[in-house]
Amino acid sequence: MTDSAPDTLVTDDMIERKGVWGSERVSPPISESDIRKWAIAVYWPETPPAIFWDADYAAGTRWGSIIAPPDFNPFAWPIVTPKDRSAKADKGPKEKPKRRLRGMNGGQVETYGVPMRPGDVITMRNRLRDWEERETRLGLTLFSYSEMEWHNQDNELVKRRVSTGILY
Amino acid sequence: MAINVYFEDVNVGDTIPAWSRKTDFMHWNRYAAVNDEFIPIHMDDEAGRAALNEQGAFGMGNLRYAYIVNALQDWIGDEGQIREIGCQFRAINQKNDVLTVTGTVTEKLVEDGEHRIKLDIDVVNQNGDPTCPGHAIVTVPARS
Repeated sequence: MTDSAPDTLVTDDMIERKGVWGSERVSPPISESDIRKWAIAVYWPETPPAIFWDADYAAGTRWGSIIAPPDFNPFAWPIVTPKDRSAKADKGPKEKPKRRLRGMNGGQVETYGVPMRPGDVITMRNRLRDWEERETRLGLTLFSYSEMEWHNQDNELVKRRVSTGILY
Repeated sequence: MAINVYFEDVNVGDTIPAWSRKTDFMHWNRYAAVNDEFIPIHMDDEAGRAALNEQGAFGMGNLRYAYIVNALQDWIGDEGQIREIGCQFRAINQKNDVLTVTGTVTEKLVEDGEHRIKLDIDVVNQNGDPTCPGHAIVTVPARS
């Protein structure tokens, strides 16, 4: 093994997994209380908007019911702990690198479809979408793009997130 | 029905109302409780220092993202909708930082039957440091 600069940071494992959706995870049904607690936490110490907790008010809006903030996470508090979830293995390189690499979170873009509502059951899937590799001031740098999709029980898109991982 | 802003009343260059929070364990612990995010670097000063942040524990990127969502949602009101947010986490959210979400309108367009507004966004701290630059797309109601 050597620390000399490699020709590529792309691993065989990445090539094998490129574009392949991993196993799906299904959330428990979303409750009004889940949404209310989330809204209180992210708006703390101020009162969150009524659309997130007042069913009577929400009925008079275009949505017709309470909705969740778009960043609401229905997958919080799983029975199976994250380190055991196979879906986690769908993100980024997992093959042991030939030299020590440093990593950074390069940011994310989330697009939103229909809002989440009480009673919804959300299905999530992940894949390593693609990557690009180029020389930067950090040396050979790999930008990998992981994609996550959430759909509701009617197969409507709720959210798509593309996250950028940076390895150098 | 709360309509905060109409498409016709928005102009390129407009800024959204600033949305601020002074963040500390009271905020981070509540967020950890709902997002199941009890990670030592956000809970414990020693763990934060072990992660090379001299000031100790630091805030979650996900909560900073939530503040962006809140600022946009409060501006567009309940009849609007957030369609897209993109951002990069550039700086650490230290304890007692005052984080302020900013947004400036960059474009207006009618697309797929929706009245959409594009914005440049950021979350700046009390020193004016940009900690989370990015963009957003929202829809708002139109008068006509």
